Amino acid sequence: MDKTRRNFLKVVGLAAAAGLVLKPAGKGFAMDLVRRVPEGAAPTDKALKAGRWAMVVDTKKFTDASREAVMEACRKAHNIPVMRDPRHALKWIWDENYENAFPEQMNEHIPEYQKKNKVLVMCNNCANPACVRVCPTKATFKRPDGIVMMDYHRCIGCRFCMAACPYGSRSFNFEDPRKSLTEIDPSYPTRTKGVVEKCNFCAERLARGMQPACVAACRNKELIFGDATDPKSEVSRILDERFNIRRRPELGTQPQVYYLT
Amino acid sequence: MMKLYNGKIILLGLAVFVGIVTFPFWFNMGKAAPAPVLKLDTPVIAKMPVKQCVRPTAFMKAGHMQLLNQWRDTVVRDNNRVAPDQAGVMREMSLSNTCMECHSNKTEFCDKCHNYVSVAPYCWNCHIQPKENS
Repeated sequence: MDKTRRNFLKVVGLAAAAGLVLKPAGKGFAMDLVRRVPEGAAPTDKALKAGRWAMVVDTKKFTDASREAVMEACRKAHNIPVMRDPRHALKWIWDENYENAFPEQMNEHIPEYQKKNKVLVMCNNCANPACVRVCPTKATFKRPDGIVMMDYHRCIGCRFCMAACPYGSRSFNFEDPRKSLTEIDPSYPTRTKGVVEKCNFCAERLARGMQPACVAACRNKELIFGDATDPKSEVSRILDERFNIRRRPELGTQPQVYYLT
Repeated sequence: MMKLYNGKIILLGLAVFVGIVTFPFWFNMGKAAPAPVLKLDTPVIAKMPVKQCVRPTAFMKAGHMQLLNQWRDTVVRDNNRVAPDQAGVMREMSLSNTCMECHSNKTEFCDKCHNYVSVAPYCWNCHIQPKENS
């Protein structure tokens, strides 16, 4: 046969047509493998839903012991080890001095208890999160209910998000976290070396109809969690009634953790 | 007729080259490892009245990795945590909590095939494998 462009295209065209005709006769489940979402996938029946999740921290109610209890509950629920090297610390919820949590509020004259008491801080799950904007792989993303999630499967460990977060709410796994864990809850995964982790407002517990682990560990309603878009929720009522502050609101990140002082 | 200069050395060199390149094939000829047989006799499976996975066995053999990827994306990114299995029962889409509840023998069920085909999935760097009593 002539090696002309015309004949070559004829052969390629015939082969492609044959492929189209023969393909559906192949494996029956090929399409099921291609589809990204399993048919009928849904949230659980018990799942708690919100327009935008928000947390209220009642700083005056906290004592050293109750703060530690709350932090311990989080470490247990998410298999977070206490690292020996403070530079490798994995921080989901932790305490800061008032002047570090609220540098712009540290006036010359403030009540003594504010200077003295530490403040519980966590990921603010911002409504306008800087970390999400810089993530090159979309490993961190904002859910419709406001939770800023980490998809550890996609995290490449570039730490742009850590540089972007103005609150230091993100921690990098410089080493295998399992080596420092004394006990492991098998129902929640650990992280692996080379990914960034942070507080997720206990998305996995909300999906099962439970309050976040830190909120559940409070005896005295030191933490209140709820839907900030629902005017009848406890969170909205408290924020409407009482003076509250947020960490570094001037940055425009719209943090969703509110502090009563 | 074409003349091949230094023919002896070239042909000898070619023979040695082909011999080295094909070494793994003829050295291992007839010594293929037998395909692994998976053990499905875990206590949970033994108690099941109808021994049925979330998808047909043929599908799971060929496509469990794609199904797990689908599950992962659906749960993490869309927050949809349950989906119907082949019998229509809603199941949590979870490797540790659904798959491994029945297939609690990771060394027999996962590792045997993965070692045989020499793949090393990194599921267990984060997800916690069930305790095996052996």
